[in-house]
Amino acid sequence: MSDKSAKDYLPGAQVPDARGYFGAYGGRFIPEALVAAVEQVAEEYEKAKADPAFTAELDALLKDYTGRPSPLTDVHRFSAEAGGARVLLKREDLNHTGSHKINNVLGQALLTRRMGKTRIIAETGAGQHGVATATACALFGFDCTIYMGEVDTQRQALNVARMRMLGAEVVSVKSGSRTLKDAINEAFRDWVANVDSTHYLFGTVAGPHPFPMMVRDFHRVIGVEARQQVLDRTGRLPDAVVACVGGGSNAMGIFHEFIPDAGVRLIGCEAAGEGADTPKHAATLTKGDPGVLHGSRTYVLQDEDGQTIESHSISAGLDYPGVGPEHAWLKDTGRAEYRPVTDDAAMQALRLLSRTEGIIPAIESAHALAGALELGRELGPEATILVSLSGRGDKDMHTAAEYFGLYDDPAGGSAHDAAHGGK
Amino acid sequence: MANKPNEASKLSGILAAAKAENRAALIGYLPGGFPTVDGGIRAINALIEGGCDVVEVGLPHSDPVLDGAVIQTADDIALRGGVRIKDVLRTVQEVATAHPEAAVLVMTYWNPVDRYGTARFAADLAAAGGAGCILPDLPVEESEEWRKAADEHGLDTVFVVAPSSKDPRLAEVTAAGSGFVYAAAVMGVTGTRNQVGSLAEDLVARTRATTDLPVCVGLGVSTAEQAAEVAGFADGVIVGSAFVKRILEAGDDEAAALDAVRALAGDLAAGVRRR
Repeated sequence: MSDKSAKDYLPGAQVPDARGYFGAYGGRFIPEALVAAVEQVAEEYEKAKADPAFTAELDALLKDYTGRPSPLTDVHRFSAEAGGARVLLKREDLNHTGSHKINNVLGQALLTRRMGKTRIIAETGAGQHGVATATACALFGFDCTIYMGEVDTQRQALNVARMRMLGAEVVSVKSGSRTLKDAINEAFRDWVANVDSTHYLFGTVAGPHPFPMMVRDFHRVIGVEARQQVLDRTGRLPDAVVACVGGGSNAMGIFHEFIPDAGVRLIGCEAAGEGADTPKHAATLTKGDPGVLHGSRTYVLQDEDGQTIESHSISAGLDYPGVGPEHAWLKDTGRAEYRPVTDDAAMQALRLLSRTEGIIPAIESAHALAGALELGRELGPEATILVSLSGRGDKDMHTAAEYFGLYDDPAGGSAHDAAHGGK
Repeated sequence: MANKPNEASKLSGILAAAKAENRAALIGYLPGGFPTVDGGIRAINALIEGGCDVVEVGLPHSDPVLDGAVIQTADDIALRGGVRIKDVLRTVQEVATAHPEAAVLVMTYWNPVDRYGTARFAADLAAAGGAGCILPDLPVEESEEWRKAADEHGLDTVFVVAPSSKDPRLAEVTAAGSGFVYAAAVMGVTGTRNQVGSLAEDLVARTRATTDLPVCVGLGVSTAEQAAEVAGFADGVIVGSAFVKRILEAGDDEAAALDAVRALAGDLAAGVRRR
């Protein structure tokens, strides 16, 4: 088991440069009104990660509140479907609040307290970042407002109730595509107006510098633990590490420790919706072009006038037309590969893991599982594949029930189930 | 980069002329393509006919993170109407041709310019008769490539300063800009407000300490009284959402919309002369 602590892994990253660039990507494209606040976050984070009291407090929270380290689970029956490759799941779904998001939230909550701010705002897609943020605000006594697209408040209603139970105000955003992108726009508007009292607890490895670096650093614990756990369990490094990528926080978290291990393939699974070659997808790295969205230069789904194209995914957490700039850099350098995974492939993987292992994953994480199934069939039984199981699927039961026809039908039968190849 | 007013530029000349008349300049904003491309051209012309010295043509964007509900609505209407960058450039050209006495700026988020091509956009904007650009999400640190292109084509680059900008930061920003400095009156997004913040006067004074450029105040100004108040301490008054609102309120009645924005521009023009 890993004996590394926050003081070891927070300063461990060499990129980005001082201006927040990972190669050609990143930077800080923000209005002047936010420059002072973003610089304050960057300065306070530099001080905090060198402060033993900060790292000790974060370690204690991760251990005693979150339940870290999260386990590594061998999934033998699922592996049989993945060409016999040995699949190991890093169980971020077992963290308190049910996903990896809590790692970053606790770090930034401690930072908020250091900055003397009393109010936190955040965006959320699937609601997992919103729930984690509302949780930390309850724990620390901060006021909390969560912005969530109207489409997502409907498909992730359970998480809306959880956030409200925790005392957060949830604002349903009705502009634009009414999904994660527009929730971020609205959170930025709030931040510009309330920056003196408020920290914007950004939930993914995107946004202006230092957020892509800082959020990655707070999630590096995933890969730091997992690398050691795989070595302890199997006596060698995995052949590949697979994670889903929306903004890309769980993927950066698990990838980062493996970047120097040249023999380990890093594979990000993007949401291909109805297909990467249809208009309805969220496969930003596969189909997008470099541009600027939400404060950084990165790949963006955009038209030839630089207008953002609305994304689509059955998974609210991956339904985003941008991606973290470090992923853009990893793609261009070839260090990581990014593959599109359709809604259907993800839903089939969700059901397969549920029925072979008794683990119901989030639809986001199911994209990584679908990627692992495909990869396992390519690599064969000698391979070991580490998968980031970034969240649990309770929040998705309504979507899954509709998809597979799991609700009792007054007319009897389950036509939808048959349509999707149900057993 | 221009550290002093670019005496040669049209924008600087217009602002200097207003100063010589012992008044503040009036700067009006409307998005291009709103409510239609040709309707937008007529509306922007009406702003100048009503008394605006300078106009900002907005390039509608899918993600207007610095705009409040009014301009978001207008951008949405323009984009659903299919407005393209070339339409915004045509708007600049038609307005600049109809009103050679006014300076025509483009105000846009950065990604459309980035996507169009920085050098190409600067060249096409200059060819259309545009005087410069305001790029509110392109901070000085990221602006070098743009400023080089703008300089090559004789375009001014107007930077925004905010009440949260500290004095050393103000000096960096004003040193990079030209034409004028856009002082945001309040911390927040665009939209009309009942009061112009007391922050504005302090910000103008702090900005003036760093530059000889004119300092113009925007965000929240919507009435002649507010324009007069701001004209008491600033070189120019910038009004956007109030014009957009007039057009939205007129609905499909274009004549009424044009009358309303022309009348508002007239009121505001009187305001900036009552300092």
